[in-house]
Amino acid sequence: MDNLQLKKYANEVRKGIIISTHSAKAGHPGGSLSAADVFTFLYFEEMNIDPKDPAKADRDRFVLSKGHTAPGLYAALANRGYFPVEDLTTLRKMGSYLQGHPNMHIPGVDMASGSLGQGISAAAGMALGAKMEGRDFRVYTLLGDGELEEGQVWEAAMFAGFRKLDNLCVIVDNNGLQIDGPVDEVCSPYPIADKFKAFNFEVVEINAHDFDEIRSAFKKARDTKGKPTCIILHSIKGKGVSFMEGACEWHGKAPNDEEYAVAMADLAKIDEELAKEG
Amino acid sequence: MADVKKIATRESYGNALKDLAEEFPQLVVLDADLAAATKTGIFKKAYPDRHIDCGIAESNMMGVAAGLSLTGKIPFVSSFAMFAAGRAFEQVRNSIGYPHLNVKIGATHAGITVGEDGASHQCNEDIALMRTIPGMVVMCPSDDVEAKAAVRAALEHEGPVYIRFGRAAVPVINDKPDYKFEIGKGTVVREGKDVTIVATGIMVDSALGAAEMLASEGTDAEVINICTIKPIDRDIIVKSAQKTGKVVTCEEHSVIGGLGSAVCEVLAEECPVRVKRIGMQDVFGESGSASDLVHKYGLDAEGVAASIREFVK
Repeated sequence: MDNLQLKKYANEVRKGIIISTHSAKAGHPGGSLSAADVFTFLYFEEMNIDPKDPAKADRDRFVLSKGHTAPGLYAALANRGYFPVEDLTTLRKMGSYLQGHPNMHIPGVDMASGSLGQGISAAAGMALGAKMEGRDFRVYTLLGDGELEEGQVWEAAMFAGFRKLDNLCVIVDNNGLQIDGPVDEVCSPYPIADKFKAFNFEVVEINAHDFDEIRSAFKKARDTKGKPTCIILHSIKGKGVSFMEGACEWHGKAPNDEEYAVAMADLAKIDEELAKEG
Repeated sequence: MADVKKIATRESYGNALKDLAEEFPQLVVLDADLAAATKTGIFKKAYPDRHIDCGIAESNMMGVAAGLSLTGKIPFVSSFAMFAAGRAFEQVRNSIGYPHLNVKIGATHAGITVGEDGASHQCNEDIALMRTIPGMVVMCPSDDVEAKAAVRAALEHEGPVYIRFGRAAVPVINDKPDYKFEIGKGTVVREGKDVTIVATGIMVDSALGAAEMLASEGTDAEVINICTIKPIDRDIIVKSAQKTGKVVTCEEHSVIGGLGSAVCEVLAEECPVRVKRIGMQDVFGESGSASDLVHKYGLDAEGVAASIREFVK
């Protein structure tokens, strides 16, 4: 898929994040927006999936280890055709299948998640299962940089590196912010790359909002044999919405009506710019 | 009684896994550096390619098991009860229970019969923890025959299962031709009319011993073996309570949250009668031999009989 088309889809994903969290009056827009481009790339280009057959046997798997950014995942799944985009307004509402954090009843979701540090272990188990079964699907999991403070992440990294799970791709959304402040002021996970390298990972660091870099990183991951890959995304929390960018407070807060209008205007402006490109 | 065959249920667990491996080709076994102690080493020796040692990292092991189950494997995750149910509780709850995955947890070294290792390793809380997880089946077999049957039943059951095994050798009491095992079904192992003893795990043997002692004193106790603590066999408990009017529960576990609590919940709702809960009385254990410890904490036949004597007086 060409980059312009990916950018357009990514902007639709960002709108879905704003629409759903505004409607829910809750949720996590900041880390959803920072990962919007990678969600888009995974579901529109990288992964072997079929929205018409979410449980297809040989599909690639995705585990959202940073489960609180469900609005980003749901917006990508909806725009990819797993369920109606209109359903995004039911996020977090009683009776909706779009739960606050991903669960097994959502089309396209491969694993329930939300308690930090656990998704990467499940992803490692899936990757090992694929190897044991002689199946060639790949497993992707997305973690937050704050999530790296969970000890289980490193148990899983040790396991995946030791088991040489080269069908596993761990993605870290390094937007630098967590609830209580900048990650390097709360309990620094840095250096992230050196830690994963020490656990026998191939490590690639990229600009999270550049599709050429994203594409080459995932190719590198696919081409890497004998060890898992960690892609570190240097991202901007809240990316695309002026007042949310780099602002810690937008980790877990929904836009009110006025903020919603500004956010949607920001994204409409991006649409206009993309329209000029073709 | 001296020549009764004795086998630790952890040993039965390891043997059952090996014996069922051909019949259940999707079975894989996970360990956290305790294969020798959990006895899954028996399986590992026979099927090394289907044994995954996760190292000393129980939280990750639960997640890996979850992921394996999502690729069609049937993982049996093994560790000591303290670490499987205790340390990794939240992983079991969120990565296995909530998505209702087909993962089986074989937790050995439960209760005070762990012995010399002491209180840090004597898990008296696992039944309480595990039975609060929606959809989790919780079993605590009483001997070799029942332990093997429980492993098979777990493999045939779709969904998460927790099975509790012990470290110490215990008498084989279920080797009868008409023995049948079914998840959720209790068994009357001794009929009586004066008092009901509901026991689980290794306490079934203590309960039977106590019942014999009480019989010679004129108290006719009914003994019910509850292997499946969740879902519990309500009918068998209520029926017996209606007959005897007095119920004693016996478990090698805290009296808070385990079998005693489960039985009280049933009786309070369906047949309120007096209940005496025998088990660990809200205390930690200590180092010692298994037999010395069960004696000290009143969990051997003598201790159970003494408690019941007091209760029925």
